[in-house]
Amino acid sequence: MSPVTRFQSRTVVIASSNIDTDQIIPARFLTTTTKEGLGKQLFADWRYGPDGAPLPDFVLNRPEAQGAQVLVAGNNFGCGSSREHAPWALLDYGFRAVISTEIADIFRGNSLKNGFLPILVDADTSKWLLDNPGARVSIDLESTRLTLPTGVSVTFPIEAFARHCLLNGVDELGYLRSQLPMIEKFEAAYP
Amino acid sequence: MTARTLFDKVWDAHEVVPETPDTPAVLYIDLHLIHEVTSPQAFSLLRSLKLPVRRPERTLATMDHSTPTASDQVFGKIPITVDAAAKQVAQLEKNTAEFGVELYGMRDPRRGIVHVISPELGRTQPGMTIVCGDSHTSTHGAFGALAFGIGTTEVGHVFATQTLLQRKPKSLAINVEGELRPGVTAKDLILAIIGKIGVSGGTGHVLEYRGSTIRSLSMDERMTVCNMSIEAGARAGMIAPDEVTFAYLKDKPDAPKGAAWNSAVERWRQLASDQGARFDLEVDLDAAQIAPMITYGTNPGMVLPITSPIPDKRGDEVFDKALRYMGFHQGEAMLGKRVDVVFIGSCTNGRFEDLQAAASILKGRKVAPGVRLLIVPGSQQVKQQAEDSGVAEVFRAAGADWRESGCSMCLGMNGDTVAAGHYAISTSNRNFEGRQGVGARTLLASPLTAAASAVRGSIADPRELL
Repeated sequence: MSPVTRFQSRTVVIASSNIDTDQIIPARFLTTTTKEGLGKQLFADWRYGPDGAPLPDFVLNRPEAQGAQVLVAGNNFGCGSSREHAPWALLDYGFRAVISTEIADIFRGNSLKNGFLPILVDADTSKWLLDNPGARVSIDLESTRLTLPTGVSVTFPIEAFARHCLLNGVDELGYLRSQLPMIEKFEAAYP
Repeated sequence: MTARTLFDKVWDAHEVVPETPDTPAVLYIDLHLIHEVTSPQAFSLLRSLKLPVRRPERTLATMDHSTPTASDQVFGKIPITVDAAAKQVAQLEKNTAEFGVELYGMRDPRRGIVHVISPELGRTQPGMTIVCGDSHTSTHGAFGALAFGIGTTEVGHVFATQTLLQRKPKSLAINVEGELRPGVTAKDLILAIIGKIGVSGGTGHVLEYRGSTIRSLSMDERMTVCNMSIEAGARAGMIAPDEVTFAYLKDKPDAPKGAAWNSAVERWRQLASDQGARFDLEVDLDAAQIAPMITYGTNPGMVLPITSPIPDKRGDEVFDKALRYMGFHQGEAMLGKRVDVVFIGSCTNGRFEDLQAAASILKGRKVAPGVRLLIVPGSQQVKQQAEDSGVAEVFRAAGADWRESGCSMCLGMNGDTVAAGHYAISTSNRNFEGRQGVGARTLLASPLTAAASAVRGSIADPRELL
């Protein structure tokens, strides 16, 4: 995975709370055996009508959303299933981060393993972002800061090791495999 | 020594490397359950790195999510109608053969939903760490195991190292005291818990269900409770193992035997939370206050006693959107509302006791005209039990569609779906928009409520048909 450091982007706002993984990528698309190409099906049931045509009112179909890399969402984003297809779909679409006041555990872990940033903010920052769609924000993983166009800058929590891996392009599996002597020792003493 | 919780004890026993501020713990995994949907990319990773599955004997594979439930397709009289699903099934057969992983395949009499078969086989045991690329892995916590869902990247990590990098979650005790009233089931209990703490009330936590109500539950009931821990956002849900647990496991095919059984039980008895162990949070419920529950919205926290009217939370964006989707209005009664489909099954309520409960209502009665009742056993063994005990005959006589095992209509990726705009009472775990089919409207309830509603042809209080 290539290192993630800092980037700037306009935001897209989907203000709903509790956006679950079945909305992000409906289960009928999980019959794939690869990770690629899921961006087309991101938010499929909100994005397309029964005939498959894009619904003009849905935010991702509007001209101003094109090219935006940061999704701003309501509380408890990514709840539901463990499908890693959810961050794969968001990344394949072109998103690089989601900002919310709460992000579900499994989704957050899956996101970090793919270089998709789950960014937790306080209620005030969230409200400003929800009220100002299209705002140009800056995200810096090194300093763990999110900066709004108003100049307001807030730090966001992110698990230290995941941050280290993302900044340095370190592969977590490579790290785990470097622990194999400890794992073997553990197994030898295991009942 | 400080008093420890059940969760602390299982965690501590599996720490290969403890966590530090800079690095998560390396946690040993005793049992890795895999299925066709979330494993293919992890096998591809192994192939690309030229790595084996490090401990195939700690890995158990089955197929459940995308598999059909129609006998003709399961037993090969006709091909699987969903092409992509057929490919996924074939891929799992190829992957497990290549990497030496035991597979309970399509026509194996022990196949079924992964969270149903592992306990049935006795593979799920107290004190274990169990993971699977499926969020309902929390089910296995009913045995006092630490069991949680993981993503596909982590499936690859477990394949390659039998460990995971994990930060230790916080703990949350759910204390339930008293007796559940007649017609009130474990499903109603967990729906009431989710209604109380909310769909993100457990985020960052491992739940421990405690108290006299929990101790009085059977293993099938405990699994229903732990299964939906994830619906409260929790990583896992656990129940201390006791005599009920041991009686369930004794003589299961893969449970310890002879002297090994006795020493295992001795070990398992030590797992319960110590007197005075501290939880980060505690929540109390009175079982006697719980009624049969039903959801009215599009997440499992939007739930109410079946006799209550839909609340008025107009102005709340989640509420307004959910009611629009469901075609409901504030103040309306749930009882008597139209039902098109009734689905009894899933890893939440697809076990034998669930089917027995449904049969207790359906016996001597018929499914109402215009209603489709789909009953899908959680495993082929559950199916056989239902056949042997006469439960299946009750279903057939009532006019139900009685199928082969699988996840089926819970997530509608296998050909079993609910049509757009239709109302489905489901014993499954998620009422998300489109979960059971594009535009499908799901109402979560117990097997008793589902069966009663199938008979009445509208949402019905099971206590009237007991």
